[in-house]
Amino acid sequence: MTDWVIVTVKCLAVLFMVLQVSALLLWVERKGSALIQNRIGANRAAIFGIGPVNLGFLNTLIADPVKMFTKEDFVPAGADRVIHQLAPFLALFPALVTFAAIPFGDTVEIAGRTVELQAVRLDVGMLYVVAMVAMGVYGVVLAGWASNNRWALLGSVRGSAQMISYEVALGLALVSMVLTYDTLDLQQMVRSQGELTLGFLPAWGIFFQPVAAVIVFTSGMAESKRTPFDLPEAESELIAGYFTEYSGGKQAAFMLADFAEIVVVSGLMTTLFFGGWQVPYLTSAGWKLPGLDLLPVAGWLVTLLQVGAFTVKVLFFCWLQILIKWTVPRFRYDQLMNLGWKGMIPVALLNLLITAGLVLLLAEGEA
Amino acid sequence: MSETAFYLLAIPTVLAASGVLLLRNPVHCALSLVVALFLIAGSYVALDAHLIAALQIIVYTGAVMVLFLFVIMLLNLQPDPDEGAHVLAKLGAGAAALGFAVIVGAIVGEWFETAPPPAVLAADFGTTRGVARTLFRDHLTAFELTSVLLLVAVVGAVVLAKRDRV
Repeated sequence: MTDWVIVTVKCLAVLFMVLQVSALLLWVERKGSALIQNRIGANRAAIFGIGPVNLGFLNTLIADPVKMFTKEDFVPAGADRVIHQLAPFLALFPALVTFAAIPFGDTVEIAGRTVELQAVRLDVGMLYVVAMVAMGVYGVVLAGWASNNRWALLGSVRGSAQMISYEVALGLALVSMVLTYDTLDLQQMVRSQGELTLGFLPAWGIFFQPVAAVIVFTSGMAESKRTPFDLPEAESELIAGYFTEYSGGKQAAFMLADFAEIVVVSGLMTTLFFGGWQVPYLTSAGWKLPGLDLLPVAGWLVTLLQVGAFTVKVLFFCWLQILIKWTVPRFRYDQLMNLGWKGMIPVALLNLLITAGLVLLLAEGEA
Repeated sequence: MSETAFYLLAIPTVLAASGVLLLRNPVHCALSLVVALFLIAGSYVALDAHLIAALQIIVYTGAVMVLFLFVIMLLNLQPDPDEGAHVLAKLGAGAAALGFAVIVGAIVGEWFETAPPPAVLAADFGTTRGVARTLFRDHLTAFELTSVLLLVAVVGAVVLAKRDRV
């Protein structure tokens, strides 16, 4: 019974963490883009006809969803009704469940049990992430096809070609990370990043695999279809791309999926390259700076610091992605494909080859 | 695999698989196949074969079926108009299905009679290390031969596609 409660609480916590951060990102995007473009942005709303009043970020967090969910739910003539209804959920589902494999803290003791701060600990955690990323294509493809709209279909064709192309580079870069850590288990990867290398540097993935970090971040952004990779939407060419024919709540579902994907990419970057929940030099006993004495820290404080560090890192990468979106202009389609197939994939392959060679050399050195 | 898990997964799998045959719209058929393949991955999870489940989703649901769907959409196939098959064709199909059912029934019946007791799983069963050891150590020759076969298929496809340009 207690086990069931713990698992349920963990799953709900992760789900709501992704949803909350996604909702916050909606506000960050609206106000952040305004900041970048030197305007004020959304700052007032009339609630039940009273106002307009400025409620700070509550405006966007409450007014925007209320607006979206009270709009007419429109299905275009000639659309495939069932698939048109299904597509937003197919887009949202993979984005929300991917985070289940990402660890957000070390273990804690609850009711005599050691609980991993991770929704599900999977032996094949990395493959699970790749599998769920691969599922994300369906929402895009089906939304465009079911809408019976030329622009939407063009958007979904672009979207699926882009996502499949960048999945290859992403997968190859992830394989080199698997070789580096010698495991597919994401929690194990984070654990091994808690050690020190050369006696003083935290053994974070970025120091071993900077090339893979760039590839994972870039193809992650391409997977989430945001500027400079937003050709599937391309509002100046395709109206709104694959979700042109969606309105109200279903359009909100596509937006939410986009933001959830940002959170997932950030979580993946944090876990693989920036030490996950590790705070530099903080062990379960306390703070141990190289060359200095151990500074004892209470166990609950260590857990809190670690979960806090994970959150800060994830939020940083979310902000970085929004910053990039509003700074860099959109690629042309041939540039996008060239970057994917002639740039990222060869570099990722070379990186994998070098990694494999080094791992083999080091293993023979030990034997 | 517990009996509950089996029925929870098997019944929807069979329903989705029948959808592939019975639905009229080719896109709906392809989607039913996606659902069926996804649920088979669920069965693998229930059988402790996590690696195979993940690979099933990555390869079949994520790659192969997206291509299927893509081709169907680009060809813009229309729903089957159902002109009704000839009576003889229907009779023939029925007879073939009956024969197939009899053969499968005979095999399964035999298997049930002589089925060995369920084996105790090794500690590393279904883990990446376990599967890799079987694949790359015990059955390396078969694995390499399969990869050559796949390579031949890829080269053959390229040759066929390029034939009129040579």
